[in-house]
Amino acid sequence: MSVVTVQLGQCGNQVGQELFDVMCSDARDVHRKTYSAVSCERFFRQTTQGGKQARAVLIDMEPKVINHSMSKAAKSGRWRYGETSHFSQKQGSGNNWANGYCVLGPRHRDAVEELVRRQVEHCDMLAGFIPIMSVAGGTGSGVGTFITQCLRDVYPSSFVLNHLTWPYGTGEVIVQNYNSVLTLAHLYQLSDAILVHENDIVHKICSQLLKIKQISFSDINRVIAHQLGGVLQPTLTPASCGAYSRHPIGIDWQVCPPPASAGGSRSLSAGSFNTSLANLLILRGKDVYSAETGGFEDPAIYTSWLPPDEALSLWKSPVPFNKYEKSATLVSNSQALLRPLDDMVRKAWNMFASRAYIHQYIKFGISEEDFLDSFTSLEQVISSYSELQ
Amino acid sequence: MTQSVVVQVGQCGNQVGCRFWDLALREHAHVNKRGLYDEALSSFFRNAVLIDMEEGVVHGILQGPLREVFDSAQLLTDVSGSGNNWAVGNLTYGSAYRDSIVNKLRKAAEHCDCLQCFFLIHSMGGGTGSGLGTRVLSLLEEEFPDVCRIVTAMYPSAEDDVITSPYNSVLAMRELTEHADCVLPVENQSLVDIVNKISLMSHDAKPGCVLKKESTVTSGQGGVSPTERPFDAMNNIVANLLLNITSSSRFDGSLNMDLNEIANNLVPFPRLHYLVPSLTPLYTLADVNIPTRRLDQMFSDAFSKEHQLIRADPKHSLYLACALMVRGNVQVSDLRRNIERLRPSLPFVSWNQEGWKTGLCSVPPVGHAHSLLALANNTCVKPTFMELRDRFTKLYKKKAHLHHYLHVDGMEQSAFSEALSSLSALIEEYHHLDATKARLIPDAPRLSIAR
Repeated sequence: MSVVTVQLGQCGNQVGQELFDVMCSDARDVHRKTYSAVSCERFFRQTTQGGKQARAVLIDMEPKVINHSMSKAAKSGRWRYGETSHFSQKQGSGNNWANGYCVLGPRHRDAVEELVRRQVEHCDMLAGFIPIMSVAGGTGSGVGTFITQCLRDVYPSSFVLNHLTWPYGTGEVIVQNYNSVLTLAHLYQLSDAILVHENDIVHKICSQLLKIKQISFSDINRVIAHQLGGVLQPTLTPASCGAYSRHPIGIDWQVCPPPASAGGSRSLSAGSFNTSLANLLILRGKDVYSAETGGFEDPAIYTSWLPPDEALSLWKSPVPFNKYEKSATLVSNSQALLRPLDDMVRKAWNMFASRAYIHQYIKFGISEEDFLDSFTSLEQVISSYSELQ
Repeated sequence: MTQSVVVQVGQCGNQVGCRFWDLALREHAHVNKRGLYDEALSSFFRNAVLIDMEEGVVHGILQGPLREVFDSAQLLTDVSGSGNNWAVGNLTYGSAYRDSIVNKLRKAAEHCDCLQCFFLIHSMGGGTGSGLGTRVLSLLEEEFPDVCRIVTAMYPSAEDDVITSPYNSVLAMRELTEHADCVLPVENQSLVDIVNKISLMSHDAKPGCVLKKESTVTSGQGGVSPTERPFDAMNNIVANLLLNITSSSRFDGSLNMDLNEIANNLVPFPRLHYLVPSLTPLYTLADVNIPTRRLDQMFSDAFSKEHQLIRADPKHSLYLACALMVRGNVQVSDLRRNIERLRPSLPFVSWNQEGWKTGLCSVPPVGHAHSLLALANNTCVKPTFMELRDRFTKLYKKKAHLHHYLHVDGMEQSAFSEALSSLSALIEEYHHLDATKARLIPDAPRLSIAR
């Protein structure tokens, strides 16, 4: 089964390119033919000339990043993007969610849907979509939300998994909290699952674990790509009966659309226990069958709604991933994102209380009411997660 | 690529504008190693409109080395000048040339594949730049309401030799407050101070303390025009400001900062759109034995009084928002480290504690390894505006020179009082924000959700 990736905005296009790079070289370096075949089928297609083409649509409101990503891919010599699989305009979204969602998204809807349709046609069987975007800017967040809605409308039976990059808490874009709140509130209604990476956390991984001295956005994006690849590459699941699971995103979230957090480097701090709704643990490489995973089934870390053996999903692949002899990925639906989400809402709310920047949004077509609806929606999410026991 | 249309009005505006084109040519030639006339840059050039009511400056351009670059279709000149009278510029010439101006603007806009922004450059103290310049501003708003208008405005010093410059400046300010999206105020005195500081450096007796000529922000060396004239050094500084602000639109980077993002991020309330620019470094030392100023020093300098382009001290006032446009081999970790380091000493308004807009452009300016442009929406503009108001009031109370203005067809005394109220209201808004500085503002109470 195949997945069509939709890369939106600067972040989405930069991260997406690194992701395809990881997945291509991972599948290539491995002598396991079946693993390679499944991975390739999922994310790439073979062209008549024999090359590998990513099943991706690249969208941005200005051309520089897409051009850069496409040429970077072509330079790798191992894969490329489809020559015509991209859409850009000349001028960006001005870091304004309303501009992206109310004006640019609708204006270019037909062109984007056409590109998606063409990718879908190349799939024997479509599993679903992965829109990749940031929440801080204007295109990824605004246009990305609008396109997610379009995907929902046009392909109601396909899965939509959004990958979001959250900005540094100390600010990359001044109105990032507005853009984030508006995006998340909308995606809640639209998305099947949301995978989140926070720049602050990934930055720490680069400095503390990887010991990189002068960290660049390339470094950040490569870590994200590695973790995301660890989730998306083929695995054996209990249900797949010894074969690689055909559906890469078969996570069955029992409760109403929740955020999930990728990356296992969070430690549980004593005193404020991180309660999980559900966890997905993916093990890859050597000794996967003998690994001791009992700790993840401890009822103490879960809510009382599900028995631990239902709350924990365990997927395995004996194939080493991305040159790591052994690796583990934890996708967790838990309270881990509560603090960052609450911070984001608090800062956005403080700004909204003084009505700062609101005129910039109103002129593109959203109202104060829309802001209030989004705040309400997220307060409900925060409330629900806070009360987990 | 997006294009911007540069509209240079008046003597000062045209001198600065030409310096900008000169430096831009130099920058693109430097980057484009094959030396081919940059396709991108050439389209950028066709988008200039030069307006002056005296022939001197524009005429000089047509004789000079940049003559091939400008089309006579883009020029609008007259001969008599505006007599340092805002009303003559704004009303007399404004009406006489209205259609002609609109036509030229339309033509320039049509040349653009994708018009992103109008850059208006003019001084505040004279007659043409100030009066006709602000008339062009309101025409831009009428004809192209959706295109961003960024004005680089040169404010006169207190010692300005034009006696009526306070009148002209305050009358113009009202227009800027009402019709511009962003204003980058630049004070002549600050430019003079910076030029002097650099001169001091290059005359320093210390051995080995040689400045890399083409790196100084005051130098046009390596540009098209060979000779340096008076005011060239000062105009170069402003030209560098424009060069840096447009760098992300012209070159690649890992975190692009487009012009339309500047207004959206730095202007929280429509009238508070005066952004204080600061540029670092001002020069680079040529001697390899003297280590280049550390990257972190560059960030610190951006917030120091000496690097601001108006005489103000942002560190001791209140920040509403701040943008950092970094060029060169600088990565996101360098940016984060410096923001974290400097943040505690910078007072930010309570509802925008992390109010940073950042951009990373990979191509540095000629002669530098890296550079930084900071744009601060900061209440430190308040003293500048108050001083301007005082100078205005001194003249107005005595009705000095008023008749020159009132004689102009269409000019009413109410224009003066309205301009004064507009300025006072603006000062009041900044004052209101300043008052929040010392107080500890609690978080706004959150929405409570029904269970």
